[in-house]
Amino acid sequence: MRIPLHKIAHARSGDKGDASNIGLIAYDERHYKILEREVTAARVQEHFGNMVKGDVVRYELPNLGALNFLLYEALGGGGTLSLRVDAQGKTMGAGLLSMEVEAAESELQ
Amino acid sequence: MIRIANGQGFWGDWLEAPVRLVEQGPLDYLTLDYLAEITMSIVQKQKQADPNMGYARDFPPLIGRIAKMLKERQVKVIANAGGVNPIACAREVRRLAPSLKVAVVLGDDVYDKLDALLAKGHEMKSMDTGEPLTTIRDQIQSANAYIGAFPLAEALATGADVVITGRSTDTALALAPMVHEYGWKADDFDKLAAGTIAGHIIECGAQSTGGNCQAHWKTIPDFANIGYPIVEAEPDGTFAVTKHKGTGGRVSLDTVKEQLLYELGDPRNYITPDCIADFTSIQLRQEGEDRVRVTGIKGRPATTTAKLSISYLHGYKAIGSLVYSWPDALYKAQVADRIVRERLAQLGLTFDEIYTEYLGVNACHGPAAPAVEQIPEVQLRVGVRGPDKKAVDRFTRELIPLVLNGPPTATGFGDGRPPVREVVAYWPALVPKDLIQTRVEVVE
Repeated sequence: MRIPLHKIAHARSGDKGDASNIGLIAYDERHYKILEREVTAARVQEHFGNMVKGDVVRYELPNLGALNFLLYEALGGGGTLSLRVDAQGKTMGAGLLSMEVEAAESELQ
Repeated sequence: MIRIANGQGFWGDWLEAPVRLVEQGPLDYLTLDYLAEITMSIVQKQKQADPNMGYARDFPPLIGRIAKMLKERQVKVIANAGGVNPIACAREVRRLAPSLKVAVVLGDDVYDKLDALLAKGHEMKSMDTGEPLTTIRDQIQSANAYIGAFPLAEALATGADVVITGRSTDTALALAPMVHEYGWKADDFDKLAAGTIAGHIIECGAQSTGGNCQAHWKTIPDFANIGYPIVEAEPDGTFAVTKHKGTGGRVSLDTVKEQLLYELGDPRNYITPDCIADFTSIQLRQEGEDRVRVTGIKGRPATTTAKLSISYLHGYKAIGSLVYSWPDALYKAQVADRIVRERLAQLGLTFDEIYTEYLGVNACHGPAAPAVEQIPEVQLRVGVRGPDKKAVDRFTRELIPLVLNGPPTATGFGDGRPPVREVVAYWPALVPKDLIQTRVEVVE
């Protein structure tokens, strides 16, 4: 079945220069494997489309049931250069939570 | 066990937070993090205008306000409030709180040494773009090395009640008291990494105690009286994250995890002047209400380089907005945007960037935003950035005329034309670590 990420995960985002950092965290650590399988760097890139001019890199933190994404060239120059209202990418984490992922019902128990 | 709190996540954070931390429960060390990357350029400008300024001006009055309590309760303060003028900051603290002993850590400011460094062949290439520093030499506003925990611990060893630094790392503020109290050495990598991660958890103030937390945020109690974070650090490098009893907010696995991932790069390589911390080694356990135990942290030796935080002028920018209402709110705003761009082109004005957003539609999440059918209103937000101040200033006159000479129902122009702002950009660079020499001074 397809479910939106916000059903199983929360997120916080911030900036590292012109890169947006998104931490994606499973509410229940048993659901980490769904995040690891479904939320690939390529899917995050596709989700944000033309907002991300550079690469998306993913890091895994299984000990926290979490993934960390760096979305390069995603903040309009970053910091003080950016003309975006969300110059520091504070809302990008929430934006990721609308992504739909595939999960078997047995995995969601 | 020692209790280390953070009462200020940035310059501009809640003024009551540090006062309440000292007032509302037991505490040994109060840390205050005032410096963001671009703050150094702001304080540098203030120092150029007045040689007695150039530091976080909120800090001395705060210490004046809580001086008596600090003495009574034996709470020490560590703050990177010194900006580019820690001595002036310390003197003002002494004036407002004469009973306190104040020590400063100097040596982070390398602004006056840049030409000597360049002459010796240190290129100080941007860690972001790889360009050499010479390309922006004339535009540089400030240059500071990030200082680690050991010089701060040395300052605590003088018996100071208040330690003031310039550009120390945020995490060093919390690690320093652990190094000082427990005598941790430069090669105690696991412990240094643990203290660094403790610092990372509390450096953004209430962001680890329920502030800006997405997990179950509607159930987080009493935001108005939110408690700021406290680390209870043990000599073996383990620690608990908590907050004072009776305060608002929450300390849970969710709130701590969100902060752990905040502004994180490669989790295995969190590099500070003190060590490299491995975030994949962290083990968390909810130990009680509003109490998370942190164990298992591993660290590795620090790198041989020091990171510089350099700020430089990068032209000008202005951002203006208008609001359009139903019907066809978005279409009207799109037409208005085209008109502005056409008029700027007719004037022959060019910019590094012209950027348009539609607030209320998709400004935050772009293509990831949910589709909207009919919107009651939208805010058109247009920004320009470029090297020519006159061009940016001319742009600021191009939005308000649309109220009368563009699509109907434009409003929201009450603040007049937007200000032209100088853009100060950030240039991170590396130099060999031994070029940075710190020293501690007690200010009488």
